[in-house]
Amino acid sequence: MTDITTEKARIGAPSAQPFINGFTEEGESLSPINSAESKAPLAGASAKSHSHGGGVGIPDSSRAGRLTSYNLADFKPLTGMEEDWRFTPLKRLRGLHTDALTGTAPEVLVTAPLGVLVETVDRNDKRIGSAAIPEDRVSANAWENFTEATVITVPAEAQVTDEISVLITGQGTEASAQHIVIEAKKFSKAVVVLDHQGTAVVSQNVEILVGDGADLTVISLQEWHDDSVHASSQQAKLGRDAKFKHIVVSLGGDLVRMTPSARFTATGAEVELLGLYFADAGQHLEQRLFVDHSVANCKSNVLYKGALQGKNAHTVWVGDVLIRKEAEGTDTYEANRNLVLTDGARADSVPNLEIETGLIEGAGHASATGRFDDEHLFYLMARGISEEVARRLVVRGFLNEIIQKIKVPALEERLTAAVERELAATNN
Amino acid sequence: MSTLEIKDLHVSIDTEQGTKEILKGVSLTIKTGETHAIMGPNGSGKSTLASTIAGHPRYNVTGGTITLDGEDVLAMSVDERARAGLFLAMQYPVEVPGVSMTNFLRTAKTAIDGEAPSLRHWTKDVKAAMAQLRIDADFTQRNVNEGFSGGEKKRVEILQLELFKPRFAILDETDSGLDVDALKVVSEGVNRAHAEGNMGTLLITHYTRILRYIKPDFVHVFVDGQVVEEGGPELADRLEEEGYDRYAKGAGAASIAAAAAAAQA
Repeated sequence: MTDITTEKARIGAPSAQPFINGFTEEGESLSPINSAESKAPLAGASAKSHSHGGGVGIPDSSRAGRLTSYNLADFKPLTGMEEDWRFTPLKRLRGLHTDALTGTAPEVLVTAPLGVLVETVDRNDKRIGSAAIPEDRVSANAWENFTEATVITVPAEAQVTDEISVLITGQGTEASAQHIVIEAKKFSKAVVVLDHQGTAVVSQNVEILVGDGADLTVISLQEWHDDSVHASSQQAKLGRDAKFKHIVVSLGGDLVRMTPSARFTATGAEVELLGLYFADAGQHLEQRLFVDHSVANCKSNVLYKGALQGKNAHTVWVGDVLIRKEAEGTDTYEANRNLVLTDGARADSVPNLEIETGLIEGAGHASATGRFDDEHLFYLMARGISEEVARRLVVRGFLNEIIQKIKVPALEERLTAAVERELAATNN
Repeated sequence: MSTLEIKDLHVSIDTEQGTKEILKGVSLTIKTGETHAIMGPNGSGKSTLASTIAGHPRYNVTGGTITLDGEDVLAMSVDERARAGLFLAMQYPVEVPGVSMTNFLRTAKTAIDGEAPSLRHWTKDVKAAMAQLRIDADFTQRNVNEGFSGGEKKRVEILQLELFKPRFAILDETDSGLDVDALKVVSEGVNRAHAEGNMGTLLITHYTRILRYIKPDFVHVFVDGQVVEEGGPELADRLEEEGYDRYAKGAGAASIAAAAAAAQA
C-alpha cells in the first residue's frame, strides 16, 4: 500500500474508493473498512474477531483495524518496520518481543485504605481479560507468560480519599511479565498510583475497569533506574457516565514504552489522558495512546508534555483518536507539546484523528515541538531573574501544567522535586 | 540621586528586507525624581527606545551609549540591568504558562534585592499593593499573565513596579488599551512609586490622556527615530490640540514618509 492510499484510508476519504462508495445522508464519508463491522473491540458482541486470528479490515490503515489477540502466536515477529514499532529501538527491548518472559516479575506492594480489596490471583481468574486485549506482540508476550495477577477492587459507592499506592519494584534485568487489574465499581471514587522503581525488564498489562458513574484516576509513574526496560499496555474500559483520568509520568529507565487506551461502552463517559516525560541523554521514552469513541456523547481530552535534554534523548508521542460512525455528539481534543532543551535530542510527535461522523460536538488535535520561547526568557530576565533560573522556571512551568492537574498534593511535591533533579543534572 | 543618560543612541533591527535603522541619534538625561514623557506617532521608535534600554535581543545598538550613574548599561545582560535598577513596564506583557504569580514575584524580588524578602512582610506588601491596584487576591495563584485581560496585565506590571522599587521606571505605552477607570488606578500606582522620591520615570505614550494623571516635568517629541522637539508640560497641551501633523510637515522627507506610514497603520 502506498503512502497516499494509506493516508486516504486513514481519514476515511471517499476518494480512496472507486466512486462515492461510503457516502451517507449526512454527506459524511465512512471508511468501508469500518462501516459494516464497526463495533468497539470489547464492547458487547464484538464484531471483530477478537480472540483468535486478529481483527477485520486492513492493518495499518485505520486504527480500528489493528490486530488484537490474546495469543502471542497471532502476532508476527517484529522487524521494526511496523507502523507501531517504527520509532522503537528493538535491540534495546532486551528480549521482551522475542523471549519467553520467565524472569521474576517486579514485586507489587499495595498500600490501600480500608475497604479497598487487594487480591493476588492466578491467570484463570475470570476478571483477567475483562478490560483488555493485547494489541501488540510485546503485550501478548506478557499475557502468555504471566503467572499471577494483582487485582485491586474499589467497591461500589466507596469514596476513597487517600490514594491507593501500588509500589512496583523491579527484581533485575531478566525479561519478565506482569499483570494488574484495577476495578472501580459503580459510583465509586478513587486514585491509584502505580509507582515503578528499581531495575526491571518487564512487559506489563494493566486492565482498568471504570464502572457506571465511577470516578477513577490512575497515575503511572516511571522512576526506574537507568538500565530498565518497560513496556506497558494500560487499557481502560468505561461504563456509563464514568470519569477516568490517566496520567503517565515517565522520568527514569533506558526504554519506556507506554500504550494507554480508553474505550467507551456507554454514553456520558469522560476521559482525560495526561502525560509528562523528561528524557535525558540516551533515554527512549515512548507513548502511544488510543481513545476509541465507539458510542455517542462521550468526551475525551488528551494532553502530553515532554522535555528533552542531552545527546540522543528521544521521545515519541503518537495519539490515535477514533470517532466511529455511531459516536455522535463526541467532544475530543488531543495535544502534545515538547520542549527541546539542548542539541542532539529528538522528539517525534504524531497526532492522528479519524472521524467517521460529522455529527459531533468538536474534534481537534495539535502538536508543537520547540525550543525556549525567547519572549518568556526576556520577560523573566527583565525582572532581574538570571538566565539559568529563568530557564528553570520556564521548564518547570511548562511541565507544571500537567503536575497541577494531578491533584494529589504529596505526589505533586514529589514530581516537582523529581523535575528539579532532572533540571539540575544539566544546569538548565 | 541617580542619572540615566542616553547619548546619541543609534539602534537598528534585522528584517527580512535587511537591516533597518530605527533610532537615529537619541539623547536624553533623566534624574531621580524627574518624570519625562516621550510622545510621538506610531512607528517613531518610542517603544524601540524602551526595549533597547531593557536590553531586548532584537534591537542592535550600532552607536551611542546608555549609562546609569556612569556604568555602561549596554555592557550588561538583561537581568543585570534589572538588578541595577531599571524597570520596563511592557506594552505587551507575555504570558508565562505554569509559573505562578506568587513564585514569579518572589523569585524576581529575591534576584533584585540579592536576598529573599522576609516572608511575613513580603506577603503583606504584595497583598496591600494588589488591593491598591484593585487586583483580585486570587491572581497570585494564577500563572504569570495567563488569561489576564489587557487592563489586568497592565495593572500587574505596575504592581511589579511598586514591589521592586526600581531606580528608573520605563513605562512603554502602559496607558494604551485602558479604560478611564483602569487608567486612573494605574496612574495612581505610578504616582505612589514616584512619590517615594527614589525613582525617575520615563513615560512613553501615544496619547496625552495619561498626562492628566501623571504630570511630566519634561516632554520630548519623537519623530522618525529622533527627538524633534523638547519642552515642559505645556508642550503636551499643544500636542493635544494640534496632534503630530506639524512635525511631519516641517521635517525632512524621511519623516514625512514615516508619518504617512503611521497614518496608514
